[in-house]
Order: sequence, then structure tokens, then C-alpha cells
Amino acid sequence: MDDSKIKIITEKCTGCTLCVRICPFGAIKVENKKAIIDLSKCNLCGACVDSCKFTAIVLDKGSVAKKDLSAYKDVWVFCEQKKGVIQTISFELLGEGKKLADKLGGKLCAVLLGENIESKVDEVAWRGADKIYLVDDAQLKNYRDDSYTKVLVELVKEYKPEIILCGATVMGRSLISRVAITIDAGLTADCTGLDIDPEERLLLQTRPAFGGNIMATIITPNHRPQMSTVRHKVMKEPELDKSHKAEVIKKKYGDNVLSSRTRIIDIVEEIEETINLSEADIIVSGGRGIAAAENFSHIKELAKVLGAAVGASRATVDAGWIPYSHQVGQTGKTVCPKLYIACGISGQIQHLIGMQSSKVILAINKDPDAPIFKVATYGIVGDIFEVIPALTKEFKKILKK
Amino acid sequence: MNIIVCIKQVPNTTDVKIDPVKNTLIREGVESIINPFDTYAIEEAVRLKERFTGKVTVVTMGPPQAESALKEAISLGCDEGILVSDRKFAGSDTWATSYTLACAIKKIGAFDIILCGKQASDGDTAQVGPGISTHLDVPQVTYVKKIEEIKDNLARVERMTEEGYDIVETPIPCLFTVVKEINTPRLPSLKGMMRAKSAKIIQWTAADINADPKNIGLDGSPTRVVKIFTPAPRKGGEILKGDTADVAKQVGTLLKDIII
Repeated sequence: MDDSKIKIITEKCTGCTLCVRICPFGAIKVENKKAIIDLSKCNLCGACVDSCKFTAIVLDKGSVAKKDLSAYKDVWVFCEQKKGVIQTISFELLGEGKKLADKLGGKLCAVLLGENIESKVDEVAWRGADKIYLVDDAQLKNYRDDSYTKVLVELVKEYKPEIILCGATVMGRSLISRVAITIDAGLTADCTGLDIDPEERLLLQTRPAFGGNIMATIITPNHRPQMSTVRHKVMKEPELDKSHKAEVIKKKYGDNVLSSRTRIIDIVEEIEETINLSEADIIVSGGRGIAAAENFSHIKELAKVLGAAVGASRATVDAGWIPYSHQVGQTGKTVCPKLYIACGISGQIQHLIGMQSSKVILAINKDPDAPIFKVATYGIVGDIFEVIPALTKEFKKILKK
Repeated sequence: MNIIVCIKQVPNTTDVKIDPVKNTLIREGVESIINPFDTYAIEEAVRLKERFTGKVTVVTMGPPQAESALKEAISLGCDEGILVSDRKFAGSDTWATSYTLACAIKKIGAFDIILCGKQASDGDTAQVGPGISTHLDVPQVTYVKKIEEIKDNLARVERMTEEGYDIVETPIPCLFTVVKEINTPRLPSLKGMMRAKSAKIIQWTAADINADPKNIGLDGSPTRVVKIFTPAPRKGGEILKGDTADVAKQVGTLLKDIII
């Protein structure tokens, strides 16, 4: 019996290969002028269904009884704090959350967990929050998976948000995945675009797949809340409005909610530069072309002038020239600063995956055929040891340093 | 010590090329590999076995050809491979995938530590590891860069953070997702390769792992892909011409608004 959810209607198929080209999984081929789907590769994404001009592909997306979701209202932003400091990612999400809340005619709400953080509610309100759910307890001082998950789950169950946004940070990714499973909600990681389908009131979540070579728009039709994580610098911080006030809802929970099986023994900070790579507006990165560990000083000097973070390609990390925490790329960090300066980086796909969504890319490489120039906004073909000092000098002049 | 490693077979991104004319992915001839992050989980599992003795079971959910990933894991020192494969799993999002793997782990039985890579290189979600630990209701530590000590049913590990690392203590059984910093994976040994060749991979279907049909595949997935499209390619760069001083000046003019 053919129990697959996707089928080709062979009478309608003309063998035009449109579906073959659109399939992101390479699961379709045409034999004897008829399309055939390799079901072991197919992910039922439905891209082919939309591409077919002859309606020859049908996909049964399931006809689950539509649930009544009208009890779910408002857009929530989980505000991440470390040592009592609210992380900038949360401000960026408040900016985006406000737009979504306005489109839905709902409120923008913030969730703030920590110890002695009541003084922070203004910072959140000034960035557009209408309502702040505040849980202030010594057990929430530092992030712990169990306590934070249970508190957020309790809040969601009681107040039923329609949407929750959370930073795609170490904390956010660990927390929000647990929450989504516990409350049976849909979760989409690393969204680069969020919008509302006004008719269905659905959150349209667009995210890159395969290192940004393909974009997918994802919805959560029948589960609430709809949850997304977003990376640093993807959304814009809102303007400060110091007259904006928020209603603060303080909640207390018992030990059954606040307790955690894991225990934090120590928190160690070890970044050489003070600028966190994923939060940086400007990144200066060095690749194999810098030739030796000591030459990173050129990169660091340029970075210092610009107030930038220092990035690195995998090759330089593997060579031991710079710690792993600086690595940009597939096995390192994904960044999207306003400006990325790639020095002596050839631009292997694994590196490009980590930085190609930067707004402006300046590449310096002696090889005119280096793949980095294909993604660079501006390219300089030349010796980095001449170009970097010249740039450093020029930037110093502009910045009057 | 019973250790379980969850892995995923992914396309090798080094092979993925973009068709310059149609701006689509060329997937023909793309080799399948073990998700790079999972290779660190495999290595750490084998090292734990060497430290504490025990057994390493490697499990994957995927199509029949994912068997080769399990064989590779065995060649690297894992003892047993389990392929969880069923057409009914097609269309699984991270909710359904973590449910399915949790069901398979329940069938495997008692375990001390589950290891996963921090994320898969094709999806990048980092959701399945935490998802599995939640479905199994065991504690988790994500982004682990070092397992310092395991003693008296407690593990002490270092979790990488944006600023450095946290030292975290957790009772076992538990789940860790690991980062590249944790180790350098070994190459397969000749003996390992021989063992992998003759190893029998256990195959489980949805029914074998007692998965609730409501919770697997497309039906068990809260999220739906509604559109897939290729973004406009990043425009190829403008190469700045002139001598070094001149080029630096041009850059200064072009980037002035960003850097100030």
C-alpha cells in the first residue's frame, strides 16, 4: 500500500523538471518524462507542489481538527539578563515584537527573570513593553535550565501568549527548546524575518537553511504560542521613549518551580577583547593569509581603532594562532555585523556560511580569484601587510584618534 | 557506564555548490557525512568509555542510507548502532524528531549519559538535544566544552558561554550537547574499520519504538514549511583600484558612515 503523504499524479505530469530544480533536498528526478520522488530524501516541505504548473503533485499536510486558539493573545519577549544587565538582543527583540503586536492589535509584553532586577523594568518599558512579567528570586540569579524553563512554562500556561520571541543565544537556545517541548508548541530557530499573515493571524517565520543558500518560511498553524529565536543584530533596537510606562506583574513561585537539578559552581569570563563577537557592530577577521600568530597584531590594531571585535577563520584557530572563541564560520560563530572586514581569508563555504549576512563586507586578499570577493561589497586585491596598516591609518584620521 | 550518542547524517557543505545561472543548490554528487558537531560527541563518548569502561550505543533517525553514518561511528569506537527509520517520520520538525529519538532511547533502556553535537550543520537549530532531554525528563547541559569529572552520580562540566564558560554540576543520568572545543576526534583504526564492516546495525521502525503516531512525522510537527525560496544572491563585489594609499582613502569614504 502506498501510504506516503506526497504523490505525483502521473497523468498530469509533463516531465518539465520545474520541481526537480526547486527541490531543496534533491529528492526528485524525471524518468521517462515523469517525475519520481525519492521518499527517503523527501522532507515533505511542499516546495515542489507550489512549483508545479500542472498541479501534478499533491501533498497531504494532514487535516487536524482546528483548535480554538483565541485564548492566546499578545507578543512576549524573553528578556535575557546576565549579572543583572539586560542583553542587547532583548532590546532588538522588543523592537521587532512591537511591530508584530501592532499588526495583531495585541500588547507587547516582556518576561524578566533574575535577582534584584526590579530596577530594570524602566529599561524594558522605554523600549516599548506594555506589560512586564517579573519574577525576582535568588534562585533565578543565574540561568539554570530547570528553573527558567519551569517559570516560563508556568507564565505561559497562566497568561497564554500568542507569540514568544527569544534570542538565539547560548541561554535562549537551551531554554526555549525545553519550553517548546514541555508546552507542545512550535519553535523556529534563527529567524531572519518575522511577519504576520493578517487573515490567519499566523506568524510567518523566515529563516535561512543550508547556510543561507535557501530561505524557508515556516508557520505554526495549530499550536500556541508560536515561538521563534532570532540572532544578534538581525532586528533593530527601537528608539528610546522614556515616557512609555509598563504595567508590572510580579509573580512568586515555590521551590517546586524554582528548583534545579543542575548547579552552577562558577562563572568564568575569558574573552580577550571586551567585545563579544556576536554583538559587535564591526568585526575584523584574520585568515590563513596573515601567515603567523604574531601577525594577528595587525588585525587587533585595526579592530581597536574601529572599536571592533576580532574574528578568525578556522585555519587560524586550528593553527593555534587565536582561541576558538574567535572563530567565525560553520563550526564557529555565525555573525551579521554592520561591517565585516576579511583580511587574508580566501572564503571557503564554511566561512561564508558564518558571515555572509553581514551588511557590508570588505575583503582584502592577494588572490584576485579568492571566493571571498564573490560575496564582498568591496574588495581590495593586495598584500594585507600593506593594506591593513594603510586602512588603520586612514580610519584613525577619520575617527580623529 | 552506558553512553548513548545521537547523530545525524547531513550533506557535506563543502560539496554544495550554487548553480550560477539558476541560483539553486546543486545537490548531485554531494556526499553524506556525519554532522561535524556529532563527531565530537562520538569521540567524547568513546573517551568516557575508555575512562570509566562501559558501552557506547550510537543512534540516528534517518533514511536507510544513514546506516553508513552508524558504521562510521562504530569504526571510531562505538559499540552498537541503531537506525530508527520509517517513512512515517518524513516531515518531522525538531519537536517530532526529539520525540522519536527519545522513544528510541527509552527502548535502549538504562543510560548514564546522552551526548549530542551542539547542532546539525544543515538545520542549525540546536533544538533536538534539549528536546530529547525534555522528553526524557533528564537534566541537560548544552555547549559542553569539557567533562571535568564524573563521580558519585554527579558530573561536573564546563559549558561554553558568550563570555567564557560556566562550571556546572549535574546528576546523572543526563544529556550533554558538546562543542568543537571538547576534543579532537580520532581517525578510525584498522581494527575499527574491520569491526564496522561486519557490524550488524539494529533497525527500528516507529512501531518498534512504541512511538505514538500522533507525535511523529508531519502530524507530530507543530511547524510547517509553507514556502521555500532562493534569496537574491549577494552581489559580487566592486574591486577597488589604485595604489594602497589611494585604496585606503576610497575605503574611508565608502565606510565613513558605518565606522563613525
